[in-house]
Amino acid sequence: MLVLRGASYRYAGYAKPAVHDIDLTLADGEIVGLVGANEAGKSTICLVASGLAPASIGGGLTGSLTIDGEPMAGRPVHELAARVAVGFQDPATQRSGIAATVFEEVALGPMNLGLPAAETIARAREALGLLRIGDLAERDPSRLSGGQGQLVAIASLLAMRPRHVVLDEPTAQLDPEGTRLVAEALRSLAGTGTALLVAEQKTDLLDTLCGRVMVVSDGRIVADGPTAEVLGDERLEGWGVEPPSRVRLARLVQARGLDPALVEAGA
Amino acid sequence: MGPLAIIAIVLACAAVAGVAGRLVKVSALFTLPIAISVVLVSVFTRAGTTVLFTIGPFDATLEGVEFAAQTVVRLFAISTAISLFGMTTDPRAFVLDLERRGLSPRFAFVAAATVEAVPAMAARAATIAAAQRSRGLDTEGSVLARARGFLPLIVPVVLSSLTEVEERSLALEVRAFGRPGRRHLLWAPGDRSWERILRWGLAVVLALLVVARVAGIVPGTA
Repeated sequence: MLVLRGASYRYAGYAKPAVHDIDLTLADGEIVGLVGANEAGKSTICLVASGLAPASIGGGLTGSLTIDGEPMAGRPVHELAARVAVGFQDPATQRSGIAATVFEEVALGPMNLGLPAAETIARAREALGLLRIGDLAERDPSRLSGGQGQLVAIASLLAMRPRHVVLDEPTAQLDPEGTRLVAEALRSLAGTGTALLVAEQKTDLLDTLCGRVMVVSDGRIVADGPTAEVLGDERLEGWGVEPPSRVRLARLVQARGLDPALVEAGA
Repeated sequence: MGPLAIIAIVLACAAVAGVAGRLVKVSALFTLPIAISVVLVSVFTRAGTTVLFTIGPFDATLEGVEFAAQTVVRLFAISTAISLFGMTTDPRAFVLDLERRGLSPRFAFVAAATVEAVPAMAARAATIAAAQRSRGLDTEGSVLARARGFLPLIVPVVLSSLTEVEERSLALEVRAFGRPGRRHLLWAPGDRSWERILRWGLAVVLALLVVARVAGIVPGTA
């Protein structure tokens, strides 16, 4: 279980915190969505929840991050990496730049953990299979499309078999099919007990993926609850978040004097 | 004779590897700029007793020509040897093998990433140049126009590269790259027994040549 308590984080060189009083609990096997307008603080929360802020990028953190009951303050990044995997938006900057094939790219994380070669190979194969990109194994990672690159980046994280995964807009560059593949992989990962925090603009994805959604606005959590409740909140658009199509359609139906339950029933 | 022998051996190796033509072209290109300055400076400024011809206040001496020829041959020998290494060695395999033999993974990464970064930076520069041209920047005109276009091109290339390095270093850290200790590498380049024998043999020959040179058995001139 990953727990953030009263976390406020200030980037190095800035006087004011970018996020304030963040309380976040990621239980084993849970998928929590994080939505908010651009610059609301989603990416910063991802960095804080993963421990990279401040362990890698500096800055000041008040409050605490604990993982499985152990405080993470002062831990080196490679120790954090074994506990929390973090994925970013841009697949190009997530490539190591030294792997000749996708397989080597995915195997890099387990190899860095010092695992025996057989274990590294098994994990890389498993991660590629989970995202159904085994056919990319021999491709040059620098010559993939944005969507393929993002799937490889996620596979690279999954190969480390982390118990906690933080993803910052993982489907930003994916087409609907790629988004569906990622959603399936995340669901099956959660099924193994892995806790996931997914920051996303695509509320349709979060609507079907997450059990719980948090809304961040101006660096603060302004809503936190069951997905249907939070994504159906009338204030969502005011926080700069587009409601999922299910909610928008139900509202449209209601505005026309029809029963919104028709949408829920799929009529 | 030494540099000529090296050139002959390198060219023979390049012919076997099928890169002789490209090797000569690349080596000549590398050598040419320095060779021109060496020839000009040596031929006309090196003191000598045999004057071949005179241009203004400068005498071209036979000793200057000999020195220039020796220097150019040496430069060409160095250039061909380095070019042959570059053309016949996969840099990634080389770095991985060094790591397998005990080099720090961090150093290996820096070396490999530097090699891999060159085409990536060239691609980024091409994209930025296209974007700048679409906004009216002249990057293909006269030398002066190209010089004016250089700054708006190089600044975004450098800045975007720095940003990418920062993001990439974060992405590597979350994949435990900073973990101390050895890694179990998945792959090692082929190393046949005759290659090992040849390598050790060359090392022994090199050591013997150094000793012979220091002892004055082998002369130090070309």
